[in-house]
Amino acid sequence: MKSIHVSTTVNGDAMEFICAPEDSLLDVLRNRMGLTGAKEGCGTGDCGACSVTLNGRLVCACLVLGAEAEGAAIGTIEGLADGDTLHPLQQSFIDHAALQCGICTPGILVAAKALLDRNPDPTDTEVRYWLAGNLCRCTGYDKIIHAVQDAAHKMRTA
Amino acid sequence: MALDNTPKRVFKVVGTRPPRPDGVDKVTGRALYGADVSAPGMLTAHILRSPHPHAAIVSIDTSAAEALEGVKAVVTAADFVRQDDGSLRDVLDNCMARDKVLYDGHALAAVAATTPAIAKAALKLIKVTYEALPHVTDVDVAMRVDAPVVQEGRSLETVPDGMSQNVTSHCEFGHGDLAAGFAKADLVVERSFTTAATHQGYIEPHACLASMTADGKADLWCCTQGQYNVRTLCAAMLGMEASQLRVTASEIGGGFGGKTTVFIEPVALALSRKTGRPVKIVMSRDEVFKATGPTVSSSIDVKIGMTRDGRITAAEAHLRYSGGAFPCGTVDMGAQSAFASYDLSAVRTLGWNVLTNRPKEAAYRAPGAPQAIYAVESVVDELCQKLGLDPLDVRLMNAARKGTRSSYGPTFDDIGLIATLEAAKAHPHYVAPLATGQGRGLSAGFWFNFGGNTCVSLNVNTDGTVGITEGNPDIGGSRAAISQMAAEELGIPYDKIRTIIADTSSLGHNDVTDGSRVTFAVGLATIKAAQDAVAKMCSRAARIWGIDEEAVVWVDGAAMPAGPNAGKFPPMTLAEIAAVSFNTGGPIAGHFEFNADGAGVSFGVHLVDVEVDYETGATKVLRYTVFQDAGKAVHPSYVEGQMQGGAVQGIGWALNEEYIYGADGRLQNAGFLDYRVPVASDLPPIETVILEIPNPGHPYGVRGVGETPIVPPLAALSNAVSRAIGTRLNSLPMSPPRILKALSKG
Repeated sequence: MKSIHVSTTVNGDAMEFICAPEDSLLDVLRNRMGLTGAKEGCGTGDCGACSVTLNGRLVCACLVLGAEAEGAAIGTIEGLADGDTLHPLQQSFIDHAALQCGICTPGILVAAKALLDRNPDPTDTEVRYWLAGNLCRCTGYDKIIHAVQDAAHKMRTA
Repeated sequence: MALDNTPKRVFKVVGTRPPRPDGVDKVTGRALYGADVSAPGMLTAHILRSPHPHAAIVSIDTSAAEALEGVKAVVTAADFVRQDDGSLRDVLDNCMARDKVLYDGHALAAVAATTPAIAKAALKLIKVTYEALPHVTDVDVAMRVDAPVVQEGRSLETVPDGMSQNVTSHCEFGHGDLAAGFAKADLVVERSFTTAATHQGYIEPHACLASMTADGKADLWCCTQGQYNVRTLCAAMLGMEASQLRVTASEIGGGFGGKTTVFIEPVALALSRKTGRPVKIVMSRDEVFKATGPTVSSSIDVKIGMTRDGRITAAEAHLRYSGGAFPCGTVDMGAQSAFASYDLSAVRTLGWNVLTNRPKEAAYRAPGAPQAIYAVESVVDELCQKLGLDPLDVRLMNAARKGTRSSYGPTFDDIGLIATLEAAKAHPHYVAPLATGQGRGLSAGFWFNFGGNTCVSLNVNTDGTVGITEGNPDIGGSRAAISQMAAEELGIPYDKIRTIIADTSSLGHNDVTDGSRVTFAVGLATIKAAQDAVAKMCSRAARIWGIDEEAVVWVDGAAMPAGPNAGKFPPMTLAEIAAVSFNTGGPIAGHFEFNADGAGVSFGVHLVDVEVDYETGATKVLRYTVFQDAGKAVHPSYVEGQMQGGAVQGIGWALNEEYIYGADGRLQNAGFLDYRVPVASDLPPIETVILEIPNPGHPYGVRGVGETPIVPPLAALSNAVSRAIGTRLNSLPMSPPRILKALSKG
């Protein structure tokens, strides 16, 4: 099958790649662009480890085709920090010990940022429901909720 | 210098919560896991798996697959060295079926190709002729003498005559006169339970990259809990010497026991050898569920006698575990742990392992204990209900303590069970009011903990910083804890230390990251390695000062003259000694290696409140508190993390998670949509209370904490649900359909 040429923007940088029609955005990010921060935990949209933003909308990169990135703006975990300054969410996850193995962490951070972009002052329940699509098997989520809320507080009062 | 071996109880760094050294890498997406690396010229491999639960392999024809353009090699069992050792042979036969396929998803061939699409297409061209055989997936059915036999000739001599060949081993533990004990009871309750097999559910599927060169040297990158064990297994299967195979553990995306063996690693090596190119294999989630380690499924009978005032007079358990299609010793650990929380004069546990056409069991956090203790703690709770006794008071009255002869043999040293039970009793959660329809449950839990083979190197850099090389993959923050213990012992700041995990060629053997052993055993080796370096630094200072090295002590990160020389010379800090080390005898390093003993058993108590929705059968967890003895919490945040994470895995096991097999012997729910692990919105906050009853076997008192927390939730939830709905389910998980069924009966 004929490959597709795609021009897109990833974390603000113009990027181009060639992909097969069936390649997922996750395949393309990881295998064509070397951006391995988004993880494949299931490939069926059930675990959220591949969470990225597509034109500002939170998506599972494993459920989006690479070809759909044409002309779009993609946001990944690699674009969350501002140079060598961590995003408040990233710092908060370290401060609150909100990660153990860390495999779900990139997806959860991207999802949490998408939440705070829409709702800077969520309740704990809102955080829990927003992150219900991101599986974490290590932490029991408790410290993740604290970390998101503390980051939200710091961002509101900054 | 003279070493001070008295236990340390006052700490500067241990007990604080510094940032973890791998934190920034993990929040920026930079940390490299199993699937995150590539190599020039790399091929991708996919694995052909059996669609049958049980079948003889009559023939495998790989010629059409090999002829496909882009396919570089195909391997089958014939490409591996057949093993004499039974357990090694089982691991190999599980990686690549030889004569029979033993479960739905059992691997039997693999293809390496230039692209993943070609490798997948080639799998369809492999022609396998199967002769289907009758199958069995239920442990009780498999024990019947007329059941299909999964593997012949695998029963140990311990198995009584006349049982099915599927019964591979039998064990027995206990002491005292059971009949006399039951005769003394005012009430005897005997119940039967079943628990479903569950999966560890790590979010990272197994992944590896193997590269073998024409001279027989190989490098293997993989996500594993034990790179040395991977080396041992793969070297045997490939017929290599250990020195020629270097295994590097990637960052690991969860393991929980499930990454303590190999599945794809020897396959990637064999394909790399055949092709002369690097080969990468990444499992799909479907493959992870079908072909990697679930827990045992179990069927358990428990009988306990109790006096009117709550004293247990006799206790007995019969445990039937199935570790899938291969012999499995997990039932022994269930039989040993079942009654470990109790001080009993008459106790007996019997266990049987049974073969079924299910995937080979892999360890899962306290393997064997959650099932056994679920059954025991359920019967204890029912006795308390029937006798009108407080369940915490009854556990306190019967609790194991220092000097108790445990139900599995050893006599306990200092243990924290009573303190943990008392903490639960004193906690506001225990007396908080419950609304109508809500129920509160509790359970105690236990795990042995483990030490094992360990070695650590500690290098003092000339700028006054320290590098630690250890050999255990970090699955829960252990690099932070090890750096803290080194900082404590050396008397230097935490941020002056960097701890890395070595590949198999850079450090001597270390046992797998399991048994809650790393903070205990690697921590202990780190402390000893630091003491070794301190002794050398004291010696260097003595040489500089021209005094006897026995007259130098180490205080707050500096060598000081002591005894008659006290005050004669200003102290020399670690940095000052390190800076001149090239002039005083060369680089300074400490090392320690041992086979660690004295891990110190661990107890926990969990309290949970639930509410059941009578329309849907769904159980809502309202409040959850974990109490556990950590001995000494080195990094309390990560101790809490273990307690919370283990509790939530146990909640999943109790309420939803299960392997569901159809009558056709096929797994029906091999994905996260249908195998439902807890999500954030299912859960309340998980409160934690850390007790610190020092382990006499560790200089800081550390006990392993990782496994115990998955043990109590099963019975705690079951006891809470039974008190909420007034009827007891003796089967896990208590999924909504099962709850609805119990309600309609009740």
